[in-house]
Amino acid sequence: MKAKFLVPLLLFFGLAGFLAFGLTLNPREVPSPLIDKPAPNFRLARLDQPDKTFALEEMRGEVWLLNVWASWCVACRQEHPLLVRMAEQKLVPVVGLNYKEVRGDGAISVRGMALEAETAMAVERGQRWLKEHGDPYLLSVMDIDGRIGIDFGVYGVPETFLIDREGRIRYKHIGPITPESLQGQIMPKVEELRRAG
Amino acid sequence: MPADPRSSLPVRRSLAAGALALLLAAPLHAATAGGAPAGIPAATDAGVAPALAADPQLEADMMELSHKLRCLVCQNQSIAESNAPLAVDLRNQVREQLAAGKDKDDVIDYLVERYGDFVLYEPPFKATTLLLWLGPLALLLGGAGWLGWRLRRRSVEVDAERALSVTDRERARTLLAGGGDAAPNTAPPESRK
Repeated sequence: MKAKFLVPLLLFFGLAGFLAFGLTLNPREVPSPLIDKPAPNFRLARLDQPDKTFALEEMRGEVWLLNVWASWCVACRQEHPLLVRMAEQKLVPVVGLNYKEVRGDGAISVRGMALEAETAMAVERGQRWLKEHGDPYLLSVMDIDGRIGIDFGVYGVPETFLIDREGRIRYKHIGPITPESLQGQIMPKVEELRRAG
Repeated sequence: MPADPRSSLPVRRSLAAGALALLLAAPLHAATAGGAPAGIPAATDAGVAPALAADPQLEADMMELSHKLRCLVCQNQSIAESNAPLAVDLRNQVREQLAAGKDKDDVIDYLVERYGDFVLYEPPFKATTLLLWLGPLALLLGGAGWLGWRLRRRSVEVDAERALSVTDRERARTLLAGGGDAAPNTAPPESRK
């Protein structure tokens, strides 16, 4: 009974421990329910050749990354040099999902704009951006209205999905890829999936 | 977030430009520091969802459902309240699917499949959320139980304190009998717990 005064102290340390742990978590990183599930299939027009389409299933048999980007996305600009370097080193094939290129840009109003006009604008803007900053993508496809983004649970750009040979999503990276996250998380998982397949 | 030294200058410049753009374009939503996923800027007029006034009942259902769904960009708002572009997209999805004749549970399942339970304002009752749902009740019952036990014990203790010890009783008896011996009680005072 002598140690009774320790009880509030211990309660305090317990609470402080929980709060300290909470500080290390990022509330913006919402875990995706799609991990280890088949990636939602899509067939979308290509940015480089808009009259051709590309479907997710065409990557079957490959371990690859799906990188969600847009020219208006500031954080994409931050990760882009790293993607270019990854492409130079041929680390892993990356397919770009160009997300709401026109209507996602706050500076442009698409009210009353026909879909064809919006698509043409998206092609022009997307291609110009890749010309300026370098094109690290195997190819990019255009998600004009963001519908495919919703299927992938995208809520902020950039996001990157690691997809295995069977077309399952194995990992989701939220926010710009950094050299640390590439070496620490993404590449080890890529190697692992390559060995497994 | 430390900038990559190899490309520090352009990164920093684009970051600064980006921060400025974000400040101008999205004072409320996208102002996360340090390159967190802040990619979705608030569109200038995306705030107003294209109204679908054709069917007021559908619109009411859509709004009712939207109030139960969390916007993932501004996490403390529902997609009914938020004007983030993603919230507008999700409202359109809800409206579209309700119009296509899906019932509300189907629409909720559709969103949970993509965004997880986080998209629900009211977390579901399942094994991983047991503590969340039952924790407060357990705390209340535990506290009430402890209080009841403590009160009962205290009344026993108080009764015991009121009761005179044998030596006290004897001393009182001598005093009442008129004996002059009012020697102080030499017995050690009963130590309190």
